[in-house]
Amino acid sequence: MSEPKLINLTIEGRAVSVPEGTTILEAAKTAGVLIPHYCYHPGLPIAGVCRMCLVDVEKMPKLAPSCATTVGEGQVVHVYSEKALEARKGVLELLLINHPLDCPICDQAGECELQDYTFQEGRADSRYREPKRFTAAEDFGGDVLYVQNRCILCTRCVRFMDDVAEDTALCVQERGDRAGIGRSPNHGLTHAWASNVVDLCPVGALISKDFLNKARSWDLDRTASICPNCSQGCNITLETRDAVVVRMKPRSNTAVNQYYACDEGRLNYHWINRADRLETPVVAGRAVEWDVAIAAAAAALKGKKARVVASASLSNEALYLLKQVIGATGGSGAFRVMQGAEAPLAGVHDLALRADRAANATGAELLGFSRTDNPLAGIGSGDVLVLAGEECVGLDTTAFAAAAAVIVLGTAAPAQLPSNAILLPVANFAEEEGTFTNLRGRVQRFMQAKAAPGFARPTWSVLADLLAALGSKGNLASAESVFASLAGSEAPFGGMSYDTLALKGQIVTGAGVTA
Amino acid sequence: MGFPHKSHPRETPVLSKYFGDPEARSLEGWKARGGYKALQQALATDPVAVQNVIKESGLRGRGGAGFPTGLKWSFMKQGDGKPHYLCCNADESEPGTFKDREIMRWTPHGLIEGCAIGAYAIGAETAYIYIRGEFTEPIERMELALAEARAAGIIGANAMGSGKKIDIWVHRGAGAYICGEETALMNSIEGKRGNPRIKPPFPAVAGLFGMPTTINNVETLAAVPHILNNGAEWYKAMSLSSPKSNGSKLFSVCGNVAKPGNYEVVMGFSFKEFLYDLCGGPLPGRKFKAIIPGGSSVPVITIEEAEQVKMDYEGFLEFGTMLGSGGVIIFDDAQSMPKQLARLARFYAHESCAQCTQCREGTAWMTKILERIVAGHGTFEDLDTIFELSDSMTGKTICVLSDSCGAPVCSGITKFRHEFEALITGKRSSTVAVTA
Repeated sequence: MSEPKLINLTIEGRAVSVPEGTTILEAAKTAGVLIPHYCYHPGLPIAGVCRMCLVDVEKMPKLAPSCATTVGEGQVVHVYSEKALEARKGVLELLLINHPLDCPICDQAGECELQDYTFQEGRADSRYREPKRFTAAEDFGGDVLYVQNRCILCTRCVRFMDDVAEDTALCVQERGDRAGIGRSPNHGLTHAWASNVVDLCPVGALISKDFLNKARSWDLDRTASICPNCSQGCNITLETRDAVVVRMKPRSNTAVNQYYACDEGRLNYHWINRADRLETPVVAGRAVEWDVAIAAAAAALKGKKARVVASASLSNEALYLLKQVIGATGGSGAFRVMQGAEAPLAGVHDLALRADRAANATGAELLGFSRTDNPLAGIGSGDVLVLAGEECVGLDTTAFAAAAAVIVLGTAAPAQLPSNAILLPVANFAEEEGTFTNLRGRVQRFMQAKAAPGFARPTWSVLADLLAALGSKGNLASAESVFASLAGSEAPFGGMSYDTLALKGQIVTGAGVTA
Repeated sequence: MGFPHKSHPRETPVLSKYFGDPEARSLEGWKARGGYKALQQALATDPVAVQNVIKESGLRGRGGAGFPTGLKWSFMKQGDGKPHYLCCNADESEPGTFKDREIMRWTPHGLIEGCAIGAYAIGAETAYIYIRGEFTEPIERMELALAEARAAGIIGANAMGSGKKIDIWVHRGAGAYICGEETALMNSIEGKRGNPRIKPPFPAVAGLFGMPTTINNVETLAAVPHILNNGAEWYKAMSLSSPKSNGSKLFSVCGNVAKPGNYEVVMGFSFKEFLYDLCGGPLPGRKFKAIIPGGSSVPVITIEEAEQVKMDYEGFLEFGTMLGSGGVIIFDDAQSMPKQLARLARFYAHESCAQCTQCREGTAWMTKILERIVAGHGTFEDLDTIFELSDSMTGKTICVLSDSCGAPVCSGITKFRHEFEALITGKRSSTVAVTA
């Protein structure tokens, strides 16, 4: 393909060059100007209906909708001319005439584009003296509640369902100011990716039932993370309030999940906050100090083979250090992957809720762990069973008694552990930093969103101490240095570092896939 | 002719010549009246030659915008390998307009002939006649005539033995005013919600099913066979306003007038004589007060202004209004203008497709203010608000429905401000509340 032709234009006095066919709205972004808009979204077909993005283009008789107007050579665009400001002020006033102004009880408050632009460009008062239209809120099914009173009919939700989910569940019904978003007959909003309409809604019209009245958006801390619920590796933001995760939202990564996250993924976060956690190291039924527990674990491993049963949702860092433990003792590593129904998002290439309901099966395989349905099989008296993040639900646990010892690195203790088991409390993925490798081999970072409870520590950190106790040397003082060591010795990860991964990730060498 | 009245001697019946003549409806009757000669002749010539005759005649769109028809046809790129479409806009939903209805009722074959010629001229094999659902009789007439024409081989795979394929289908609307807007009409034919589309792309580039499309009004297409039969010069010569506005035009007259109905006069006819002579003047004991001359979307003019108007595209423009669709709505001195305009605004509020913010919210807001004024609870600030509101509703939306609500209302307030002020100050209150 030939290089696209570049078009030169001036936006708010700034010269920009953008490829031919770019819209004025997108071109303005490159000039550092965000033109106010509602109906436009980069992931959706252009509707041009909210009329909020009107700008003044010299030599054009009328104001142009910047989302639907492509750039022209030599164009001079004024975003903040009096004419453009007046038009947008008019749109804002009209959007608010039937709006209930119930920001104090609206979940969207604080992250609402109607609030933002009204504050930025709107009138201080309204000239509207007539009664406001009122419509009752409606349960759309799934996790979605529709509050028509707040709806500005930008139709992002309708276009998402039509063109991205390809399930015509929503439509605009009625005309004039009676219009609202409706569900198509016999259609609930039950599509596996339907909750994205809540994120896409620029106002508080489509809201999450799960998040309803749970927190004010300005009280939330936001952390870049990766969804741990399947092997797709959707980029997410973990939102916490007082160290409690209250919401998981998609974070844009055009190489992985565009702007989206599935319902199952985003709603499966409550376990992160579970209260019945393992908080203290335990040896033979007694709570002990960390150094005592590490020493006990190292002693148990002496002369025995470590049979590691790992969770496929452990970080690459943890799995790498487990591999070192296996290497130091001549043992082996295995993992299993829970399965679920696959649910693709039709309108996006290679995006689905994957059957593998684990974040890092690819990483585990690349690091030499073997995938099996029964990772506990064949454990004998010469083996020390190391359960790393695997709670053994649904597995035959007679192996516990067969092993010489059982060491648990977990957030909770599996049932039917022998009384002499060594329990090492660790952080879950939201409480530590690390990387996952998704099914297409993309290595992506996640950050720490909250503190671990009690004395629990990141898995990589516990393993670093254990390795030291087993006599190995190396700088394993941080997740980053563990990853550096991993990148230095594991060929698929060669050349990677936390800096090069940044927020979009990198694909492992020899992955053989282009995602 | 002023159907159901007898034709007035000063009318120029071209399109309306056979209104009221049931025999003109059948294929046989139409052929006996010279029908399908123009199509036969057109099919034997080059499509571009047909376009050129229409260009030369100066025929302009009769749906309201008045765009030159021949020029519109020439935008269709011949031989681009894509299927082309012709849409005949028979939605005729503009309040006060009912001329296309009569064309379809009395001369369905005339319209079919016009459609077939139009389709041939733009390189289309398929034409759709989009008729509003409420037109039960015209739909039936068109379906019957199409069946006859199809059976006779006039349209179909080998139209009139020319080897050209021309299919014509009736598509029935479902009752939305906005489906008369050409891009909404195309969406409606495609089975989608009748919402206007953003332009560009223009229909001639990407229209119906994404293919090059031309949309013409019924009256425009019905005039085409006559022009081909009699020549462009004939069409120009009949007009009093040549070269800008040529030919004859049907006017639908309604409201407070002695003889409402359809009248066909040549372009440039005196509006005063039209109103008092052809239409019989006001009802006994009444006086004309105001006129909306081109369907409800155009600005109101006073009778004093109307009496000076020459009936052509430029003549109406001179007095700040438009020829539009030719739907003449007459108000006499017994009418309350605020009440009439409130009713008009309510229509637009009801019919807004709800896409653009200004239209969806603005038309409803304007209606509420007007109805409050009519109910005797208005303020002087309300009048200012209406003008400002109209300003933010004009020229900022996808289609012109929003503009069309503000135009008659604002011109009405400007010209009949005293009536609004009387309601506001309580000197005269309207006793009848405006209801849907």
